[in-house]
Amino acid sequence: MAVLVKTTINGDTVEYACQPDEPLLDVLRNRLGLTGAKEGCGTGDCGACSVIVDGRLTCSCLVLGAEMEGRTLETIEGMATGDKLHPLQQQFIDHAALQCGVCTPGFLIAAKALLSKNPDPSEEEIRFGLAGNLCRCTGYDKIVRAVQAAAKEMRGA
Amino acid sequence: MRYESPATTKEACALLAKEKGTAFVLAGGTDLLVKMKAGMVEPDLVVDIKRIKGMRDIKKTASGFVIGAATPNVALSENAALLKAWPGVVEAAQLIGSKQVQGRCTMAGNLCNASPAADAVPALVAAGAKVVLASVNGKRKLAVEDVPAGVGRTVLKKGEIVEAIELPAKKPKSGDAYLRFIPRTEMDIAVVSCGVNLTIDGKGVITAARVALGAVAPTVLLVKDAAKAIIGSKLDDAAKAKLAAAASAACRPIDDKRGTVEFRTEVAGVMARRAAEIAYARAGGK
Repeated sequence: MAVLVKTTINGDTVEYACQPDEPLLDVLRNRLGLTGAKEGCGTGDCGACSVIVDGRLTCSCLVLGAEMEGRTLETIEGMATGDKLHPLQQQFIDHAALQCGVCTPGFLIAAKALLSKNPDPSEEEIRFGLAGNLCRCTGYDKIVRAVQAAAKEMRGA
Repeated sequence: MRYESPATTKEACALLAKEKGTAFVLAGGTDLLVKMKAGMVEPDLVVDIKRIKGMRDIKKTASGFVIGAATPNVALSENAALLKAWPGVVEAAQLIGSKQVQGRCTMAGNLCNASPAADAVPALVAAGAKVVLASVNGKRKLAVEDVPAGVGRTVLKKGEIVEAIELPAKKPKSGDAYLRFIPRTEMDIAVVSCGVNLTIDGKGVITAARVALGAVAPTVLLVKDAAKAIIGSKLDDAAKAKLAAAASAACRPIDDKRGTVEFRTEVAGVMARRAAEIAYARAGGK
């Protein structure tokens, strides 16, 4: 029997019906058309499906859609403000911190979560903070540089 | 599958007790959802305990800390009092998975998943932690080391859930530490691990100790001989050598892709020695 859920996604109230065993990732992608979060592994290892639930960074593949009643969810679709990209998004472009792009939404969400807790992370803290996100293209260096540049920009330095 | 998110422990226990099919508790879900995805488990009922009052709270009490079973591990390090009292437990819990996993996974789940390599478990055992188990018949408390029954098995009865993990108050001049060996720098499963908790007197002599090993037997090991090896000492080289020998002697590991029997046995001693050094320093010993 389907579960009815009312939740907040990127500031909007959203209602959906999902199967009780349906991962949040599938709800986002298949029911709500929010396809920014990607399924890499489906087992919480790659971070491509990262979202923020009630302020906590989470793999949406490891959450049931049914659990979201009354929660507050942030996805990559809510990161830019209208046409204006978030500093992290712009710095990823400027630093060419992506190639195929499948991991990018997850990296951006994880980096945003990291900077919200630690606005001035060291390189090591960035690398540990993003250890739950796998990228098979860039070798990570450009991603780390982009996060450092965005952190600097966001601190107003 | 049915999904239920009851508001009380009593309701949760009743739902689990009366379910005729396969039922699972859902806290962080970082093990359960992976097993569901892989088809290793096919639940008829999943009971989400996160909406039960107090399940995600850390309470400081006169006798220590009460950590709700659904408290995500990331919340442990955000609690300054807990971090100060039990740094080894918090560090162990924080070694599990990525930041994404930390936002969801719980120590109670780590215990109930019953992997021999569970990181939180040896640290909890060394700390002398207890679990509060609830069922329709009431509550009971067990020492953490008495919960795992084997690989992937616990002593919990049908309809019984972990409601909280209790850590004792920190004793004066005591310290705890947890170390694991992994071939990577993060995001890996322990090959060997060790938790140590010890107390010293005014002269730096160890008066009490608990040493627990992970990933070297089907369940966590509380190694009393390893504790005996350092009690009465100032953790001098001779005591450390005895500690390492006792830790290695307790190992009953398997060979697998992560490590051989010989390697695990040897490294258990090394982990015990190094964890004891950290715990001793944290207790204020020099």
